[in-house]
Amino acid sequence: MSEPSVSAGKDPHAQQVRKFRLQDQFFHYSTQFFAFVVLAALVGILVSLALEAWPSLKEFGPAFLWTNVWSVPDDQYGALAAIYGTVVTSVLALLIAVPISFGIALFLTETCPLWLRRPLGTAIELLAGVPSIVYGIWGLFVFAPLFAEYVQPPLQELLGEVAIIGGLFSGPPIGVGILTAGIVLALMVIPFIASVMRDVFETVPHVLKESAYGVGCTTWEVARNVVLPYTRVGVIGGIMLGLGRALGETMAVTFVIGNANRINGSLFAPGTSIASTLANEFGEADPGLHIASLFALGLVLFIITFVVLAISRWLISRSMGSEGL
Amino acid sequence: MATFPSGNVNDYRRYYMYTFNKLAQGTLAAVVGLAFSVGVLAADITGAGATFPYAIYTKWAEAYQSATGNKVNYQGIGSSGGVKQIKAKTVDFGGTDAPLKETDLNAAKLVQVPTVMGGVTIVTNVPGIGSGKLKLDGVTAADIFRGAITKWNDPAIARLNPGVKLPNLAITVAHRSDGSGTTYAFTNYLAKQSMAFKRDVGAGNTVNWPANAVGGKGNPGVAANVQKIKGAIGYVDIADAMKNNMTFIALKNRTGHYIVPSRQSVADAAAGADFKVKGMAPDLLDQSHKNAWPITTATYVLAYEKGKDPIRQKGVVDFFTWSLNNGQKMAEELGFVALPANVVKMVEAEMKNIK
Repeated sequence: MSEPSVSAGKDPHAQQVRKFRLQDQFFHYSTQFFAFVVLAALVGILVSLALEAWPSLKEFGPAFLWTNVWSVPDDQYGALAAIYGTVVTSVLALLIAVPISFGIALFLTETCPLWLRRPLGTAIELLAGVPSIVYGIWGLFVFAPLFAEYVQPPLQELLGEVAIIGGLFSGPPIGVGILTAGIVLALMVIPFIASVMRDVFETVPHVLKESAYGVGCTTWEVARNVVLPYTRVGVIGGIMLGLGRALGETMAVTFVIGNANRINGSLFAPGTSIASTLANEFGEADPGLHIASLFALGLVLFIITFVVLAISRWLISRSMGSEGL
Repeated sequence: MATFPSGNVNDYRRYYMYTFNKLAQGTLAAVVGLAFSVGVLAADITGAGATFPYAIYTKWAEAYQSATGNKVNYQGIGSSGGVKQIKAKTVDFGGTDAPLKETDLNAAKLVQVPTVMGGVTIVTNVPGIGSGKLKLDGVTAADIFRGAITKWNDPAIARLNPGVKLPNLAITVAHRSDGSGTTYAFTNYLAKQSMAFKRDVGAGNTVNWPANAVGGKGNPGVAANVQKIKGAIGYVDIADAMKNNMTFIALKNRTGHYIVPSRQSVADAAAGADFKVKGMAPDLLDQSHKNAWPITTATYVLAYEKGKDPIRQKGVVDFFTWSLNNGQKMAEELGFVALPANVVKMVEAEMKNIK
């Protein structure tokens, strides 16, 4: 830094301080501007979705959300089947992915030999980098036929006759469908949830764990009573991150969900999700109500994701309060 | 280069004039050079529209460029996009699978001609039944695809197939999940065969498939579903079905003959059609030639009657004239069916209206 030129009768530092203050102000306003650009983009997307969706919202009203019709020839649209498919596949994905991710993270932080820890951790992170279209193609060409041949028939034999549950596994075993989409989604979100869980498990102070081991706790008891309560916030955050990805996943789901615009009680039956309907129909959609209803679907997905994030924030703040962390 | 002058305003002006002249000379030289190297001064032409003929248009464009030096760009943005773009005057020609009606053509002052043909075929995956062994007529096919027939051993199918052992297997209908011209042609054919199909499923790019249906993305997606799902029946274009070595059915045509789809049976459907109508788009579905494949379609290009740039207009005519006369073999290699010779003559005559 160069010395400020000393002019007669003035404090030589005043000029410099003023310069720094200006720099600080400039820095403050420019970063503020960047932050607001993101906010403006968010609002802009919301507004443009709502504008494009307006003809459909005006025509069908709030009933759009719970009408189970999606008929292009009759120009009648309702979002229920797509919302159902989106929610059910995402919940299935979490049901499968959360226990597995928990196991992975626990193994990596508690019982894994040191030399294996890094390669295994890297492998899981690499899994997160596989493009979703690859999961889709693998799901359609490799997983679905094997699933139809070796998993669905035994499942039907085992559970088909059981009351209520049997209905979930009825219908011809065709490989693609809601359950297949849920399983492929689970594979896609496991790396996200597992790596967040591993990172937060590593934040547990060693002294806590060691004192638990010291009084004779098993590994499971340490995980159950020390690690989990300490990291609850981060674990919920990781699960919500996975849920966010599962809700919006498009290409892989489009390949394996079967793309039928209807609700079927069976998990083996084909269904549809909001994202897959958009991917399928936008290209050749007729101008008018069809396009507007697709935009309305996009708006619904936007709101669902927003609500999920809000709930996760609320859960995290609540658990922070109760744990006193 | 002149060094940048300083001071006097006139010096600046002289400097800019100097640079401007230099630039102008350079550009002129480049243009003249280019024109001589190409032989003629031809404009690049641009088209956009249907995705179905994308493969053949780009193949033709490549061959046309190496033969004549002229460039043609085609973007597959979908039929409705192609019609929109040509009406907005942003392209030199538009491509569409669903032909425009005479009134639309007149209103927008457009010329419409067919370029290549294709067929949509029904494919199956029924254990023990080989290609061409299963016979269906239009009404039965419509009943299967609207979900009224749900088992392969249904009496309606058995009646058409005496001596064929049909399994007690559930039918799964495989269809396109994305909006598509293939669905448009197929559902229009079935809707012609059966009022019930028209009522339950409809006809168009995207329709209401029955409960036992499963959607796949693109022709490859449908082909994969049919090949992987036992008891599946679906529709794909003939090119894809042949490429994937799929199991065809024999479909009863208007004259009562059972036809297995082939290039010849698609070409025969065109032979029986009357192209002497404005827009050159006779209905090729269910033609009455005895060897005609019932689900035959053509794809069309749209161009302006009077364009603002005569060089570009001529470019469009030259490109398609060249392609229709030199590109039949390329079309067939890609699974398309070339227009019959007499129709090519008519297309050439019709293109005289593109000025």
